[in-house]
Amino acid sequence: MSDTFIKVEKLNFSYTDDDGHDVPVLRDLDLEIEGGSLVAVLGHNGSGKSTLAKLINLILTPTSGKITVDGLDITSSELTEDQLFENRKNVGMVFQNPDNQLVATIVEEDIAFGPENLGVSSDEIRKRVDDALKTVGMTEFARHSPHQLSGGQKQRVAIAGIIAMMPKCIIFDESTAMLDPSGRREVMDTIIRLNREYGITILHITHYMNEAAMCDRVIVLNDGKVELDGKPTEVFSNVKLLESIGLDVPQTVEVLNELKIEGVNIEIDKLSVDECADEIMKLFGENK
Amino acid sequence: MIKDITLGQFFPGNTVVHKLDPRMKIILTIAYIVSIFLAKNMWSFIAVVASALLLVIVSKISFKTILKSMKPLIFVLAFTTFFNLFWTTGDVLLISFWKINIYLEGVVFSVMMILRITSLLVGTTVLLTYTTSPIMLTDALERLLSPLRLIKLPVHEFSMMMTIALRFIPTLVEETDKIMSAQKARGADFESGSLMRRAKALIPILIPLFISAFRRADDLATAMECRCYRGGDGRTRMTKLKLALRDFGAIILMAAFITGIVFLNLTPCPISM
Repeated sequence: MSDTFIKVEKLNFSYTDDDGHDVPVLRDLDLEIEGGSLVAVLGHNGSGKSTLAKLINLILTPTSGKITVDGLDITSSELTEDQLFENRKNVGMVFQNPDNQLVATIVEEDIAFGPENLGVSSDEIRKRVDDALKTVGMTEFARHSPHQLSGGQKQRVAIAGIIAMMPKCIIFDESTAMLDPSGRREVMDTIIRLNREYGITILHITHYMNEAAMCDRVIVLNDGKVELDGKPTEVFSNVKLLESIGLDVPQTVEVLNELKIEGVNIEIDKLSVDECADEIMKLFGENK
Repeated sequence: MIKDITLGQFFPGNTVVHKLDPRMKIILTIAYIVSIFLAKNMWSFIAVVASALLLVIVSKISFKTILKSMKPLIFVLAFTTFFNLFWTTGDVLLISFWKINIYLEGVVFSVMMILRITSLLVGTTVLLTYTTSPIMLTDALERLLSPLRLIKLPVHEFSMMMTIALRFIPTLVEETDKIMSAQKARGADFESGSLMRRAKALIPILIPLFISAFRRADDLATAMECRCYRGGDGRTRMTKLKLALRDFGAIILMAAFITGIVFLNLTPCPISM
């Protein structure tokens, strides 16, 4: 569990804008992700979180720095094409828009796309597709066409398409951003189950603080650097800092923090509604 | 408004025609087209029409659907009939007034042409488009054409493009609807004015549609790369196509049919082309 799965050292990435200026996105970023962990990555727009995800998958190449994934230095100049695809197989990626990731006109054909590319045998593909459908709870939709599904269902199909490649790690690049609340819950439940039951390392890039609160570890990126890193309770206690870099805190923390500012003696690191309610009830207990 | 577009109309079913190997169906369709054009006299035409009817019955596609599919054909039929009827010359003059002469041969020729075109349409749609899913069709085409890879024809790429196009038609239709509503909400008027005006009114729909299509293409390309897509080499397929006994049966039947047509063409017949 404690082995480092992804190691990022002194990572820099910049792109050239229309005027020819270099725009730095990531600056000397250092990061370690343990195998089997469920990590949320937060940051406002332009903080470099999506860029980081694309660098780990080598969709983009870093300007400088080193990334090691599962013991393989993917930034090495001697990286062969087979190693590149091995890395892409190990680190799956689910994107924001569910519509733009589905290739085939039938759900199960789409899930088969990844393993087909890997050259897996027909019988094995069939088995993987059925298993992946079961894992995301979409078995009954196997023969449907993607446009008949809801956003949350489409996103689950996209996840199944990644699972069928049997990755060790899945990066969710704002995969819940375009979904309605029920779709978001569907996808979040699937993500957590993948981590808890199948031990897949998860990097969940998101805007939603309550989703981040469900993870084991929260990394806050700001201006291409790691601003905060730790357990959700620790990270969300820094209300002022988070607000100064344009991020919200979960509603529970916000309520408790407002109370604290008003002079109430209260702890603010309660992330679930129940814990928050208990904390407030404690006050009434003291007053009695 | 444009929700009910059904491209490559496919009616799922469980009949023998549905179950035939899609590769075989493509070959059979080509053979069928050839046989239709071989038909020369009344006997062989009766055989052709009967075979088309038989196909419809076996595939359990309703006659209503078939009739509906022939609607766009009316113009073509009327056009060919018009020319065949008035411009064919022969020995037996039926009607003659002013400058118009209609000969018996012209009537025979037009009737046979109508029969030929309708059975062609019925036969091919029933054999292919109505009973084969689009993905099966592109898949079968890729496999049938795969020998052409030897002369560096990008067969896999073509079939991938077809699949993606089919996948994105409903998505883009939905998007067009959305953009039209958005433009209408801003006061755009698509329904009135001259043809030119209405064509111009489409520009504010097409531009956002194209931009979004390009963006989608970009996203899709990234997603495909992430799923280890690197072209057709070394790719396996989930569905294996296997020829069954019925496929061989079908090809024997088709061979017999073509031989029959040739034979009937040679039999003396009062009416022939």
